[in-house]
Amino acid sequence: MNLAEGVQLVSFIILTVMMLGAALAVVLSPNIVYSAFLLGGVFSAMAGLYLLLNASFVAAAQILVYVGAINVLILFAIMLVNKREDFAPVKYAWTRKIVTAAVCGGLFLLLGTTIITTPWAIDSTAAAGDEAIYILGEHFFTDFLLPFELVSVLLLMALIGAIVLARRDIIPDSSNVVGQDDLKLPEKPRELVSAGADGESS
Amino acid sequence: MQLQYFLLAAAALFCIGVYGLVTSRNAVRVLMSIELMLNAVNLNLMAFSNYLDPAVIRGQVFTVFVISIAAAEAAVGLAILLSIYRNRNTVDMEQFNLLKW
Repeated sequence: MNLAEGVQLVSFIILTVMMLGAALAVVLSPNIVYSAFLLGGVFSAMAGLYLLLNASFVAAAQILVYVGAINVLILFAIMLVNKREDFAPVKYAWTRKIVTAAVCGGLFLLLGTTIITTPWAIDSTAAAGDEAIYILGEHFFTDFLLPFELVSVLLLMALIGAIVLARRDIIPDSSNVVGQDDLKLPEKPRELVSAGADGESS
Repeated sequence: MQLQYFLLAAAALFCIGVYGLVTSRNAVRVLMSIELMLNAVNLNLMAFSNYLDPAVIRGQVFTVFVISIAAAEAAVGLAILLSIYRNRNTVDMEQFNLLKW
C-alpha cells in the first residue's frame, strides 16, 4: 500500500463514520432542528465520498443542490410547521421499533453477503477524472437527451405544483368571474389576529 | 480502496433510511429519511460508475438525474406537508389517516 492509497483509505473511513453517525443522529435525535442540521452533515460527507470516487462535478452539484437547496427547504418547512407538540403515545410502539430494527438489520446482512460474495467485474482502465464533465455533457446532449429534457419539464411541474399545493385555499366566489383576474391566483386572506387574543399570537 | 467498502456504506445508509422512514412520528423526519435513502442509491451509482464503468461514466449521469428528481420530490413533499398541517394542525404521522378508513 503506497501513500496515496493510505490517505484514500483514512479519508474514506473518516467520511463514512461521519456519514453514518450523522444519519443515525438524524433518525434518532429527539429534536427535529438538530436532525435537519445533521442532515447537512450527511450530505457534505457524501460530497467528500464523491470526490474520492473521481467525480468532482457531481460532488459540487451535491453541495449546491442538497446542502444549498434541499436542506434549506427542510429547515424552512420545520420553521413553518414546528409546533412543539407532544405526540400521543401509541400502543405497542416499541414492538414496531424492534421489528423494524430487526428487518433493517436483516436487510443489511442480506445486502452485505450479496456485496461480498458477488465477483465484481472490476474495470481497471484509468478513470475519467477531470474529463468527466465533458463526458457528462456529451451524454446529456446525445444519448440521454430525452431524459434530460423530461427532467427539465418535471422540475417546472414540481415548481408549479408546489406553489399550488402550498398556497391558501381559493375564495369560492371568485372562481367563475371572467375578466382581468383570470391570470391571478386568488387567495384567501390570512386570518387577522384580533387585538384581544393574546394567547397564541404573542 | 475497493468497491465493496462503498457498497457496504451505501447499504448501511439505506437501512438507516428505512428504519427512520418506518419509525418516525414527525412527517418532516420521514421526508429526511427518504432523502437519506436517495443518497444511498446515489452512492451505489457513483461507486459502480467509478469501478465498473470508469471510461463512459453512465452512473454519474444517473446520479445527476436522481439529484434533480430528489429536489422536485422534496419541494412537492414539503408543500403537501404544509397543506396537511394547515388542515389537520399537526405533523404526527399517526393522525394522517384520511384515506385509511
